[in-house]
Amino acid sequence: MIAPRVSVVVFPGTWSERDFAHAAGVLGWEARLVWHAETDLGAPDAVVLPGGFAHGDHLRTGAIARFSPVMRAVEAFAADGGPVLGSCNGFQVLCEAGMLPGVLLRNDHLEFRCDWQWLRVDAPTGPWLGGLAAGDLLRLPISHGEGRYHADEATLDALEAADRVALRYVTADGTVSAEANPNGSARGIAGVTNERGNVLGLMPHPERAAEREIGGIDGLRMLRSLERWLADQPAVAERRL
Amino acid sequence: MTIAIPAERHGLTEDEYRAIVARLGREPNDVELGMFGAMWSEHCAYKHSRALLSGLPTSGSRVLVGPGENAGALDIGHGLAVVFKAESHNHPSAVEPYQGAATGVGGIIRDIFTMGARPLALGNSLRFGPFEADGQTDGATATRNRYLFDGVVAGIAGYGNCIGIPDVAGEVVFDAGYSGNPLVNALCLGVARHDEITLARAGGAGNALLLVGATTGRDGIQGASFASATLGEAAEREERRPAVQVGNPFLEKLLMEACLELAGSDAVVAMQDLGAAGLTCALAEVSARGGVGAEVDLDLVPRREGGMAPYEVLLSESQERMLIVVRAGRESEVQSVFERYDLHAVRIGQVIEEPVVRCSARGERVCDVPGAALADEAPRYVLPAVPPADLDALRSVDLEPLATRQPSVDVLLELLGSPNLCSRRSIWRRYDHMNGTNTLVGPGAGDAALLRIKGTPMAIALTLDGPSPARLGALDPRLAAASAVLEAATNVAAAGARPIGITNCLNLGSPESPAGYWRLSEVVAGLADACDALHIPIVSGNVSLYNETPDGPIPPTPVVGMVGLLDDRSTAVGMVWTAGDELWLIGEPADDGQALAGSELAWRRGVHGGAPRLDLDTGARTVELVSALARDGLLRAAHDVSGGGPAVALARMAIAANSGATAVLGGSSAAWFGERAGRVLVAASADAAGEVTARAAGTGVPAWRIGAAGGPSLMLDGLEVGVADLRLAWERPL
Repeated sequence: MIAPRVSVVVFPGTWSERDFAHAAGVLGWEARLVWHAETDLGAPDAVVLPGGFAHGDHLRTGAIARFSPVMRAVEAFAADGGPVLGSCNGFQVLCEAGMLPGVLLRNDHLEFRCDWQWLRVDAPTGPWLGGLAAGDLLRLPISHGEGRYHADEATLDALEAADRVALRYVTADGTVSAEANPNGSARGIAGVTNERGNVLGLMPHPERAAEREIGGIDGLRMLRSLERWLADQPAVAERRL
Repeated sequence: MTIAIPAERHGLTEDEYRAIVARLGREPNDVELGMFGAMWSEHCAYKHSRALLSGLPTSGSRVLVGPGENAGALDIGHGLAVVFKAESHNHPSAVEPYQGAATGVGGIIRDIFTMGARPLALGNSLRFGPFEADGQTDGATATRNRYLFDGVVAGIAGYGNCIGIPDVAGEVVFDAGYSGNPLVNALCLGVARHDEITLARAGGAGNALLLVGATTGRDGIQGASFASATLGEAAEREERRPAVQVGNPFLEKLLMEACLELAGSDAVVAMQDLGAAGLTCALAEVSARGGVGAEVDLDLVPRREGGMAPYEVLLSESQERMLIVVRAGRESEVQSVFERYDLHAVRIGQVIEEPVVRCSARGERVCDVPGAALADEAPRYVLPAVPPADLDALRSVDLEPLATRQPSVDVLLELLGSPNLCSRRSIWRRYDHMNGTNTLVGPGAGDAALLRIKGTPMAIALTLDGPSPARLGALDPRLAAASAVLEAATNVAAAGARPIGITNCLNLGSPESPAGYWRLSEVVAGLADACDALHIPIVSGNVSLYNETPDGPIPPTPVVGMVGLLDDRSTAVGMVWTAGDELWLIGEPADDGQALAGSELAWRRGVHGGAPRLDLDTGARTVELVSALARDGLLRAAHDVSGGGPAVALARMAIAANSGATAVLGGSSAAWFGERAGRVLVAASADAAGEVTARAAGTGVPAWRIGAAGGPSLMLDGLEVGVADLRLAWERPL
């Protein structure tokens, strides 16, 4: 295996970067924290936008983070086909930056929600989910107050038609239902990808499910997809020679 | 014109005013009087409690920093320390529940990172009046109780979730005695390398004083004296809203990251957060601790509004500010760290040799007072202590008729679903309790939260507990405090850890009546009793007095935050038994009527009295035995017996395991629902049974084999209830 080199962006107010770095260590990856004011990502194999409250989520979640200098480099990296993962606040930032469709609104019950949550993999492709199979279930923590995925009906139809709805909130037996939906997201959507499939945004926290002693390793199962994906990229192997 | 300086406006008595004049050798000016008013308030000076608190046990082989600093610190090995403290924010929360609770959380977090420790976890202990109107509580009060509860929970969630520190432990109790005066006690625990621990003692004349973080505004002025007075009528409470600070967790997150980057740097001499009494308190304490003085130009203090008087600048309690003492010549190095986080770090003055706090504004001196006079020399009052007149009557209430009543499944289900004993999931799922990926056992999953210490085999156990039974304070304040310590210790032991130290919040009414002072002195004595019996040091804490409304004082409510240590976290014990496990009830026998004194059952039946008792020595040995059994891998599951007694404890274990049990408790309501603290239910495999029995006998701790786990229902003394029914009752929404 080529140990992936991941750059984790740190905005003022984010906090999952440290947990991603720890999970990367568990995976045997190299993680580098990149401050939002930097413009150079450091030639990573993948980029992670972590959870938290970037810039205090002032104005709207992710609304100010999109203007951070580092985002120009993230956009260029993604445009070049590089794998980008936005989890929780990172998903919100990707939506605000226009790198993913839709928006994340306040949870329908108006409360913050932190819990373990079942997810179903509906689009097992690309760098972040390619190692899984359609219908696979993942049990991952969620922790957000504004995770209700919203887009207009036409956009939702188009996302489904293009297999870009990556993950949905489900019950333990894999059923999408109101009861399984922790925030009122449209069609139970927990994660979506961009058109090319290299950018994934999801509300759950895979980095929080990287060891059995803290509750499970489904996050590792998901993240390992990246190793396989990179192995299939001649450009990456070349870069390492 | 007579002297118009209203000392009273600053909460000072005439005698105190005279003492200030004598100390200064002159009349204080307005600004100085305001500074003394804040610093000599009960909140800052502990005038009524300090004499009592001086007798508490605060030393031990693990104690690195005891009371008197921003927080206490204990050695946990591997070159690491846990730094922790709990603090109350009751008065602000009674007036503005969201901001009151949020700034309580923000304040305690600052205390921890000021010490150079990265906060690892939060916890909280809450008290409210009931949500349902009844004979004791009218409709409007019940509605306001719900409003206060919702605001407090949202405030804790809002601050803790945003700053990114998991909230892992807590408790909430509802009782009519807290209507109008809720209690919000917040705890923070952090971890630091020994060499990162930073104290709050200035030193070195010429060293720079940097004010960092938020700008200074008019919020929270006189917050310290507000916290030191009795809450008035509802309308008056509304008027005190401006005395409540407004929190900004995002700003504090930046402040925290910057301060942690500097922890351990030799450019930093001392750090002190600005809390009650703002800049005044920080300058006085930092200089008094270091035996030096401070000279400050108030014009340099960054403001968020114009036209602030020196008095306001010195006493503003604007949140998210710190005072940092920086070695002369190293200022820019420190400032550059704060700049990266877009934070002010302004040099407002310097350390001077003369031990005075001397401030100027617009070229004129506005105060010149000895820091020690402000920080250490407030009068200490020892008042007459007399038990309340109705105590004897309360304690002579006969519990036997209730105790001997035949228990029933219906009563068990009623208790399980009662506001004080039902599941807290609807609260804790609003708190991020997994951030940091250290939470091995989170809220609702065990008696104490367990947090791993990455890079080591260790885990920390954390619990917050009030008196057990929760109403003990009304019947016996001394026992109430002792029971809180013992309850916390049994929680820690049931998780498989060894207790290593505590912090506390002592919440009481006014100490200025003989009964009030008696309650305070009894609570402090009880705290000492239990810490001595368990050999546990107190490393930090706070006292919150004047918790009363026109309807009277709250029940004495000592709250203990306890830290336990697991050298090897693989020996942690959970609540989940396995079918076939044998069950023991370990600890002091409690099937007598007095075991129901202060219990949930007694209170719900209107039996508000009794003479509770507690054998601390047996309790301490029980804690030791359970810790040892866990460490040696002999336990499959453990759960302490508290609210609702052994029957509710067994029900909780059955729900956790999703598997029933058959047990014999003794057939009386006291045996089922008695709440005497210091008892633990344990489950062990049949193989380990002999060893458990032998160990218990060897230590002289009473232990009964009460039954075995297994089956779809709980069978208690021949009465049966399905686990699904137990769950349904317990998961009743609050």
